[in-house]
Amino acid sequence: MEIKREPVSDLRVRQLTAVDMLRGDLPEEDIERYVEERVLTTTVDRAVAWAQGNSLYPLTFGLACCAMEQIHVVASRVDIARFGFEAFRASPRQADLIILSGRVSIKMAPVIRRIWDQMLEPKWAISMGACCSSMGVFNNYALVPSDKFMPIAVHIPGCPPRPEALMHGILKLRDKIQGHAPDGWRERYDADGTEEVLPDGDFSSADISIFKPGDTAGA
Amino acid sequence: MSLTENYRKREESITLTSEPAGTGETHELLTLNIGPHHPSTHGVLRLLATLEGEVVRDIKPIVGYVHTGIEKTAEDKAYWKVIPVVERMDYLGYYFNAMAYCGAVETLLGIEVPPRAQYLRVIHLELNRIASHLVWLGTGALDLGAISMFWYCYREREQLLDLFEMSSGQRMHTRYFQVGGVMEDIPRGFEEKLRQFLKIMPPRADQYADLFEKNQILLERLRGTGICDRQTLIDLGVTGPLLRAAGDPWDLRKAHPYSSYDHFEFKIPVGTVGDNYDRFRVRHAEIYQSVKIIQQALDGLPEGPHITPDRKVALPPRHELATSMEALIHHFKLVTEGFRVPPGEAYYPIEGPRGELGCFVRADGSSKPARVHMRDPSFSNLQALAPMVKDAYMADLIATLAMLDPILGGIDR
Amino acid sequence: MPDATELELIAQELRDADSESLLNTEFHRGRAVLVANPPKVKPVLEHLRGRGYTFLASLHGVDYYPHEPRLGVLYEMLDRTRVDRISVKARVHTEDPHINSVVDMFPGAEFPEREVYDMFGVVFDGHPDMRRILMPEDYEGYPQRRDFPVGGEPVLFTYNEEQSYGKYM
Repeated sequence: MEIKREPVSDLRVRQLTAVDMLRGDLPEEDIERYVEERVLTTTVDRAVAWAQGNSLYPLTFGLACCAMEQIHVVASRVDIARFGFEAFRASPRQADLIILSGRVSIKMAPVIRRIWDQMLEPKWAISMGACCSSMGVFNNYALVPSDKFMPIAVHIPGCPPRPEALMHGILKLRDKIQGHAPDGWRERYDADGTEEVLPDGDFSSADISIFKPGDTAGA
Repeated sequence: MSLTENYRKREESITLTSEPAGTGETHELLTLNIGPHHPSTHGVLRLLATLEGEVVRDIKPIVGYVHTGIEKTAEDKAYWKVIPVVERMDYLGYYFNAMAYCGAVETLLGIEVPPRAQYLRVIHLELNRIASHLVWLGTGALDLGAISMFWYCYREREQLLDLFEMSSGQRMHTRYFQVGGVMEDIPRGFEEKLRQFLKIMPPRADQYADLFEKNQILLERLRGTGICDRQTLIDLGVTGPLLRAAGDPWDLRKAHPYSSYDHFEFKIPVGTVGDNYDRFRVRHAEIYQSVKIIQQALDGLPEGPHITPDRKVALPPRHELATSMEALIHHFKLVTEGFRVPPGEAYYPIEGPRGELGCFVRADGSSKPARVHMRDPSFSNLQALAPMVKDAYMADLIATLAMLDPILGGIDR
Repeated sequence: MPDATELELIAQELRDADSESLLNTEFHRGRAVLVANPPKVKPVLEHLRGRGYTFLASLHGVDYYPHEPRLGVLYEMLDRTRVDRISVKARVHTEDPHINSVVDMFPGAEFPEREVYDMFGVVFDGHPDMRRILMPEDYEGYPQRRDFPVGGEPVLFTYNEEQSYGKYM
């Protein structure tokens, strides 16, 4: 006579393994797998980075036309509050993200550097628009590209970039902070190994800087 | 027990007599630097305020923090290529910058702009005026603390920028105005969307007035503050809503109509006292008048070409390039070298959202302008800040700055 | 705009009052220009103000390189009652770029004159605060003169990538 058995249900398996675990009867590998399936482990760095990326406090800083599109990011259609970044702080001591929105003139560059120095670590900078990333439409005596005096994490092209583009840039910065920075087009087109070999050099300080690193005058 | 006794004795020595501001024992003047990075300076404006207590005794604006050398860059580019560069000066009234420049070049060339192009220009100019006033209203209210206004104004502004995107492909700095007309005719669907917008805009403007006017704090802050009389403003070269709020009905659209503004019937809002409240009312009323102008322009939009048929100045339509040799040569010459303008100078003033925006162009016969200068209204309006806030409180300074509506891109160019 | 005959009438009046005040008149595309002698700019503007041109719409500079005298200062005057515009031009040499300031007549000329000084180097005698307005205070050179280079950064391609300023990562 064949005994018809029902296949053992997943729930029953889990219950029996739980009983074994509590009695101390589970073999080694099974314990590892048991813990992995139920407990979220991570390093403290990654947890902190996750939290930092999700709670950026931008600085209220608008220079020129890109500032108008930056204000549209705060408005209701492209709502920056969806991501939790709506708390724009006016004081650089309380902010950790500076969005350089607009053209940086030579009179303003030392001021921006001073504001950057006043921000506390960890801090990031987004260069929004063509004028501060490269020279933009106006390649002339009066402008400074922002790379010359401060480290920029994300450059956003456009003149001015749409508010959706700025949002995309901020989210890319969030990815970068949280540790899974995308490789961009290399990832999409599976082009691993096409990176250009950069010249050897000292990348820790810019050739031209208004305040040298370690100079406390900027604080 | 003795502790409370001493305390009561000390309490009795405090006298709560009210002394008028600034007449205390010390007349110490404090110089306070406001900006260039400050939550409420519109753009990067730096103000050196000399304060006595809370009272502003003197104020010195320092500008130049967003100076881009646009006028110098414009000397390096062909006339056609100057339009996107010049548009970025007053970055809220980009159509106005382009209009002033194109008007000056058209004067020098002596070409006529077809009526359809003129009406399209008027539609876009007035839409841009509404957009600029919405930004002023939203950010001005934000400065004064009425934060909800900001989101409502930007809701309308998003619709306006959608319209601009429909007609030219870009939300801001659209390069829509070209020398001789406009770049392209309006697409299908633009008219319906525009009519829909015009229907909802006046009730929304009523809602903004309700938000503002029923708020006692805003009324107290704006009424009677920042008063400057008409003659001082005229001496300082102030034009636009500031002058109209002081009681002077000077508007270039009525006084010296350009681009067929005389075909439309509209009123000019004029204030009486010249305080911040009047400035608010004048700009708010201008929104209704702009809606009226656009309505008339849309109803009476004539048929015809959207750019001058003069092939030496405007690009020929693309379908002609396949059949006509002259069209091909004209296209080639215009795109590579650009058109040449006979030598001369022209000054073309228009009424921008902040006042008289004039463009001075000097041509020397080549395909690049020899000098482009924008007479920006905010540059002259900023000189009026000092008389407006003299002997007023710091809070009134912020309110006056909000109602003054300076755009630093135009000031610094 | 005053038409050509009216412009000549105004010019004649000015020459009658002071024979050295006007150098020339120009009339192009409906715009009337009085070319004034630089030391006599203030009496010319005073006369125009008496004639109704009470509003100074714009004060700006032009560099007429290579025609001498190089640096021109233009005053755009506006008559608000008749809606009439007239321009006054005064040209000075680079060697001695001095001209009288009109701030006492038109207080709104303060910022524009500072801008002309900043961009062209024309010194306005009698201006209360003659210093740079748009460029940094210690900048050397007058940017909008025609012989001043436009400047800017080199456009980066792969072959000149070493010139990159972005040494920060």
